[in-house]
Amino acid sequence: MRAQLWAGVRLGLPYAVVGFVLSMSFGVLARQAGFSALQAIVTAVIVFAGSAQFAALAVLAGGGTPLAAVAAGTLMNGRFLAMGTALAPSLPGGPLKRALQGQTVVDSSWALANRGDGTFDRWLLFGTTLPQYVMWFLGTLVGAFAGDVLGDTSRLGLDAVYPVFFLGILLAELRSPRSRVVALCGAAIALALVPFTPAGVPILAAAVAALLGLRR
Amino acid sequence: MTGPATIWWAILGLAVTTALVKAAGPVVFGGRQAHPAFLRVVAMMAPALLAALVVTSLLSDGHRLTVGADTVGVAVAGVLLWRGRSLVLAVVVAVAITALLRALT
Repeated sequence: MRAQLWAGVRLGLPYAVVGFVLSMSFGVLARQAGFSALQAIVTAVIVFAGSAQFAALAVLAGGGTPLAAVAAGTLMNGRFLAMGTALAPSLPGGPLKRALQGQTVVDSSWALANRGDGTFDRWLLFGTTLPQYVMWFLGTLVGAFAGDVLGDTSRLGLDAVYPVFFLGILLAELRSPRSRVVALCGAAIALALVPFTPAGVPILAAAVAALLGLRR
Repeated sequence: MTGPATIWWAILGLAVTTALVKAAGPVVFGGRQAHPAFLRVVAMMAPALLAALVVTSLLSDGHRLTVGADTVGVAVAGVLLWRGRSLVLAVVVAVAITALLRALT
């Protein structure tokens, strides 16, 4: 248990370093959208979900209501429902304890703790998330206060951080031929819907591609 | 203009829904043996959603499909990741190429 926790911490470190840069860009962009430094930092601490934070921020920056921002972020979080469901049989304890353990899921920790046979190493999961949480907070802290100095993040190319982060997790998932087909279908569905649907919907609709898993 | 109270409501709302979404799976299915076909579908959720997340962040801007400096930067980073290079290196290269292309154009 303890060995797995530390193995997880080590596995999580590269993601934590990238997460630092990612959350720093969040801090900078949030300040530009009218967040106070405190608001940017509180977001990182109590939401701690990169894609949802960026989705909600985009809505607020575009002049959307808080309800629309929460809806966009929640749609983006839809995948945690599927991830948590897959994880459920591997978590012990009563409902409250399982709910709390479920909070530790982030994309990379879920993928790395996945044994590939439908079960998960929960201590590896906790360990992988731990450094990412600490660095997520620190990165936002730096971004929220350094934003005024850094200026335009578009010029710095910081928006390229986020896609590379998710691409890294995706490539680790493409071990089987089936998962490659599913990834291609998911990408195609999302791109086809971009011109016609509200933000967040293309990604959620891509989940339909996972139904290919029904085939033996 | 977005006021402080508006932003606080958005932050609190998103924190609550995120916690609920993350709790839902473990609480509803905890301790039960799931059907193998169900587990196979769930195992395919990550590749499907992550691929969608990557391509939409790279190739779309609002409702338009576009190619930009970040598309080139991330594509090069993707090749590095595919060849087994570290995530940190890939991110640094992607950021450098994106910033350079934007400085030149």
